[in-house]
Amino acid sequence: MSLTNETIKQRLTEKFGDQLSDWQEPYGMLTFTSPKDLNLKVLQFLYDDPELRFQFLTDLQAVHYPDRKGEELAVVYHLHNLADNVRIRFKVFTDISKPDVYSATALYQSANFMERETFDFYGVNFVGHPNLIRILNVDEMDYHPLRKEFPLEDQTRIDKDDEMFGRG
Amino acid sequence: MNEHIILPEGSIEKQTTTLNLGPTHPATHGVFQNILELDGERILKATSTVGYIHRAFEKIAERRPLYQITPLTDRLNYCSSPINNMGWHITCEKLLKVELPKRVDYLRVIIMELSRISDHLICNSIVGVDSGAYSGFLYLMQYRELIYEIYEEICGSRLTTNIGRIGGFERNFTNAAFEKLEKFLKEYPKQLKEFENLFTRNRIFMDRTIGCGPISGDRALNYGFTGPNLRAAGVDYDVRVHTPYSSYQDFDFIIPVGKTGDCYDRFLVRNEEMWQSLSIIEQAYQKVQEFKGAEAEVFHADVPAYYLPEKKDVYTKMEALIYHFKIIMGETEMPAGEVYSSVEGANGELGFYLISDGGRTPYRLHFRRPCFIYYQAFPELIKGGMLSDAIITMSSLNLIAGELDA
Repeated sequence: MSLTNETIKQRLTEKFGDQLSDWQEPYGMLTFTSPKDLNLKVLQFLYDDPELRFQFLTDLQAVHYPDRKGEELAVVYHLHNLADNVRIRFKVFTDISKPDVYSATALYQSANFMERETFDFYGVNFVGHPNLIRILNVDEMDYHPLRKEFPLEDQTRIDKDDEMFGRG
Repeated sequence: MNEHIILPEGSIEKQTTTLNLGPTHPATHGVFQNILELDGERILKATSTVGYIHRAFEKIAERRPLYQITPLTDRLNYCSSPINNMGWHITCEKLLKVELPKRVDYLRVIIMELSRISDHLICNSIVGVDSGAYSGFLYLMQYRELIYEIYEEICGSRLTTNIGRIGGFERNFTNAAFEKLEKFLKEYPKQLKEFENLFTRNRIFMDRTIGCGPISGDRALNYGFTGPNLRAAGVDYDVRVHTPYSSYQDFDFIIPVGKTGDCYDRFLVRNEEMWQSLSIIEQAYQKVQEFKGAEAEVFHADVPAYYLPEKKDVYTKMEALIYHFKIIMGETEMPAGEVYSSVEGANGELGFYLISDGGRTPYRLHFRRPCFIYYQAFPELIKGGMLSDAIITMSSLNLIAGELDA
């Protein structure tokens, strides 16, 4: 356990300067954001650097924030350094009208299905993905159902509006 | 793999056949579709289709208070639903920063290891069935029944258990539950030994599984393998050891690893894990019995805002009544934050990524389902092999359709 969050942050700042932003540590996991053109460079650096060695992609998914204009979709990577047993979380924000993010499939085979899933539910267009088609939903579907503009409940019901769920 | 005869160009035998394996094929144990391109009985190419039982759990969870999401997690890997339930409770407790009493941790370990046994037992005996040996399956299946009876004694249900609550268990373990546990611990090792005698050095079984569907450690990591499948490829990654949860650091156990990552190694790793799980359960049961007096009655932590008060208090105490209503109606606001927490599920790292914006329901919840991630490797694993090898490879990967599609 020699690799601490400070070391990781220091290594990354040395390499990328102040392009990486929003450093946080929610519940002990180092979290940061990078510009979306840089996502592959950051992933590659985290993979190759002899000190960092984040070579295991634990998880990849998207989050939709309709209120953040110009960066509505966040793609979240969870990476794991198995040797030092450290996890980090890395986010990329993208505009929903042009949701192009570089695909990580060349680096991680495991990203294939996960990116397809993210595309399926959020419509993130992973540039360079070998086979970016829907995976869990039917092929004929023409929308991305996990986006927040598709509310779950029947819209005719008035007893279950957002106020009931703590965000009125 | 035997040397394959190369046929002259244009000969009739050179034509390939397309075969639709699944989605409702009796040998695939679940809704898996694979479109295979076959040359004779040899697989040239496989394309997997998933999503036949997708139920939009992540979307549903965005409109549910925390305690109502537990039944959704049941239906991920339904062969070991208690592990999913506990994983979800542990995630909520991490978000709410709840400290659990040791006794609750140990009780949870007992339940989780029991379900690991019940999951591995199914998987290994099904590998037996698919390689033509039905009897092992019959011998072991009755012991899953004993495990289900223990669940039943604790939470009232068997398959989709909804066991435990945020902060502990819904009720204390009864004496009958402990008696059933003792019965299981006494009887199961004998049966497992017999099962091993039938399989591990069985010539036919070894010939069928050794070298079938192998994967190297590097490839497995790149494909995001976790759990027994990764360990069979020689990488000793186990969440229980790497990021101990529920006091796993208090127990003494071994992480078995294989070497070649083929079906036989996966079988051996699972078998050894069952023995280790038995030993963990024994240690945990020992520790549970050491609690005396008031400590021996503890079965939940003090989280009034999330843990339902006792019914008799609801009728007599104002505060309990308020909490009861707030919990049932899902009116408790949770702290804002994002948390990733994972447990060692029966087939790999089961992760929960929960984002809360301070509302009453998760803003976003993502399940990291181990099956979904390692299923991508399936076409590569079966390429060049025989059709019957593909069937064994599929069952030895322990693919559960419910988890794959979420």
